[in-house]
Amino acid sequence: MPASPTLSFLPLLLPLWLFQAEPTSEIPKQNPHASAADVERGARLFRTNCGVCHGPAGNGGRGANLAQPSLRRASNDQALFLVIRQGIPGTEMPPGWWVLDDHEMWQVAAYVRSLGRVPPENVHGDAQAGERLFRTTGCIGCHQVALEGGNLGPSLTDIGSRRGVSYLRAVLLDPASSLPEDFLQVQAVTSDGKRITGIRLNEDTWSIQLRDLSGHLLSFWKDDLASLEKQPGRSPMPSYRGRLSDQELDHVVAYLVSLRGDR
Amino acid sequence: MKILIGMALAIFVARAQVTFERIRHAESEPGNWLTYSGDYSAHRYSALDQITSQNVKHLRPLWVHQIDALDKAETTPLVVDGIMYVTESPSNVVALDTRTGRPMWSFLRAVPKDVRLCCGQVNRGVALLGDLVFVGTVDAHLIALDRRTGSVRWDVTVANYKTGHAITAAPLAVKDKVVIGIAGGEFGIRGFVDAYDANTGKQAWRFWTVPVKGEPGIETWAGDSWKTGSAATWITGSYDPDLNVIYWGTGNPGPDWNGDVRAGDNLYSDCLLALDADTGKLKWHFQFTPHDVFDLDSTEVPVLFDGMFRGSARKLILFANRNAFYYVLDRENGKFLHGRPYAKQTWARQLDDRGRPVPVPGIEPTEEGLKIYPHPAGGTNWYSPSYSPKNNLFYVAARESGGLYFKGEADYKPGAEFNGGGMRNLPGDPGFGAIRALEPTTGELRWQYELFSPPWAGVLSTAGGLVFGGCDEGYFFALDSSTGKPLWRFQTGGKIVSNPISYLSESKQHVAIAAGHAIYVFALD
Repeated sequence: MPASPTLSFLPLLLPLWLFQAEPTSEIPKQNPHASAADVERGARLFRTNCGVCHGPAGNGGRGANLAQPSLRRASNDQALFLVIRQGIPGTEMPPGWWVLDDHEMWQVAAYVRSLGRVPPENVHGDAQAGERLFRTTGCIGCHQVALEGGNLGPSLTDIGSRRGVSYLRAVLLDPASSLPEDFLQVQAVTSDGKRITGIRLNEDTWSIQLRDLSGHLLSFWKDDLASLEKQPGRSPMPSYRGRLSDQELDHVVAYLVSLRGDR
Repeated sequence: MKILIGMALAIFVARAQVTFERIRHAESEPGNWLTYSGDYSAHRYSALDQITSQNVKHLRPLWVHQIDALDKAETTPLVVDGIMYVTESPSNVVALDTRTGRPMWSFLRAVPKDVRLCCGQVNRGVALLGDLVFVGTVDAHLIALDRRTGSVRWDVTVANYKTGHAITAAPLAVKDKVVIGIAGGEFGIRGFVDAYDANTGKQAWRFWTVPVKGEPGIETWAGDSWKTGSAATWITGSYDPDLNVIYWGTGNPGPDWNGDVRAGDNLYSDCLLALDADTGKLKWHFQFTPHDVFDLDSTEVPVLFDGMFRGSARKLILFANRNAFYYVLDRENGKFLHGRPYAKQTWARQLDDRGRPVPVPGIEPTEEGLKIYPHPAGGTNWYSPSYSPKNNLFYVAARESGGLYFKGEADYKPGAEFNGGGMRNLPGDPGFGAIRALEPTTGELRWQYELFSPPWAGVLSTAGGLVFGGCDEGYFFALDSSTGKPLWRFQTGGKIVSNPISYLSESKQHVAIAAGHAIYVFALD
């Protein structure tokens, strides 16, 4: 009989212990390896280990788009490190510790954070004046801010944390210049001649679902439609070129940049 | 009641063993689905004709078996004598009563947390032989279960999962052996096809898909690049009992997208192998994509076909390759007979008279991203095609999409992905899919039915004049096998990444498919 049963079990217990979740108190809240050199090294590691799913530039592929200022599963550096280290159970995201040491994983985290950093730009307008214009020139009819507003366009509650000044100004002047990849305006004509313009919500071989410009949710079998026209590159949002002065545009942009979300 | 039970038992005993001869003559008992592709020729064709183009509109779900796992359900169920054998993620097996859908037994395989797979902890099905059920596991074991109880008869380690080896394919039972392929083409493994004694689990043979120094083919690998050459074997092959040859496809060379470190043709990556079923010795090989830099695994199902080719009776192989070309080969010697694209491709100018592609000069992934067709997922992929002797047509679920291919660094670390680059979908161009019916010896398009998205589901053709297929948006559907006209569909609520089958239960024809995280079974009203 072994003198110390506890000690004799150690080799068995050790591998099990390795699988246990690490106490998060041991992990720094802020990335300790976030210098420019770390970001550069992180970029190389990312391309080799992560790029196959997340895209070599991190802007998505089979995996999520990481070029965003806030990541759903990683709201802070510690959470991001843990996602990289442990992977995401039940998904194809594997644990990083198979192949990277802690230092390298922090470097990858530093690079991932750099992807979503919106470069600071000077804001010229007055956000309060911008909010008034937002409410009086039609924006709020289609876009929600916090709990108020329409639902035809995307919510702008945290647009300031996702988009910069020049981007927002360009989109106000030319709304179709930057449509999301899966965004599509369609025009359906029913067999009794009714013409419906809307945003495609979903589509398959046999059916299409859309939200019309009044916000109604509609679904059609394609066989029941007289015609279905897809209008890529078009947006129901009107251009504000000529409708707002340069100064008014600055105000609206200043207001949008100030919207940082609830968190 | 006792008499009824006695009769049921008598039927069970009479048909208890799934012998090699039964699988060899699977076409004579279309009421069962005895092997992954339905028969050794891999026709995925059902001779059952109760469900027809006239009555398929009355097809209704009979039962649904929910799978308690998050990963994709890629399984092809096998059915024998009233029991359906289904695999579930990660490497579980459940035996279901075909009348009620209720489980008879389950085999739950605990797998380590650090298994490494490129594309999900999936499993595509079991093999049956004698009174055993065979399943490969994501931690690279091959396990034999008792067909009555699900208890383990033997369990062998095929490879070390920590270096990226895994088993996702269904095994193939041939004579007294179980043949299995290995996954890990994105981890720089050295691929192989293995055979094990069905009764004992003792290894019978191994064919390495990447040669070592001193073996033929080593000259097709620069330096030591063969050591991480991949050529995985992750889809079930077919078998010709008369020639006693197994036909098995191999995957991409490693690293996938950076060919600089592995100058040469990289044998036996992206090949079809013809292996002696008794010894595993290579009879011949045909390489579809020499020195592949686009991840064009040739792990599609080889379909065996006996027919007239340019005036003479030939034993042929029909092969719709991921590289978007359709091939007709002589299966006695591997000779290339015919090839043509069946989906859009921009990487090769043509096939030469020996079937070797003539690539567009200098075409390879770049740091900025090279746009080519097909998408890295291919003109088709691992899911099954079908051949219908009734219609004399070859059916394939084709993908029409392009991709951006990036070259990157390729640092090998055991157990880490070894891709040498990455890929992206084409922005603003999601592509589409099509079920295509090809004339088998010419590859000429007879009809097609377009699908909204490039599909991930295989096809089944039937003597009732139907082709069943599935799509990303969850529809399981039936087309007229002569014309492609859509006749029936059912919304399963989950993406379909699997292959359909058909069988008899209580003398009625059923059709089954895995969709989302469930098995759906259909029968006429």
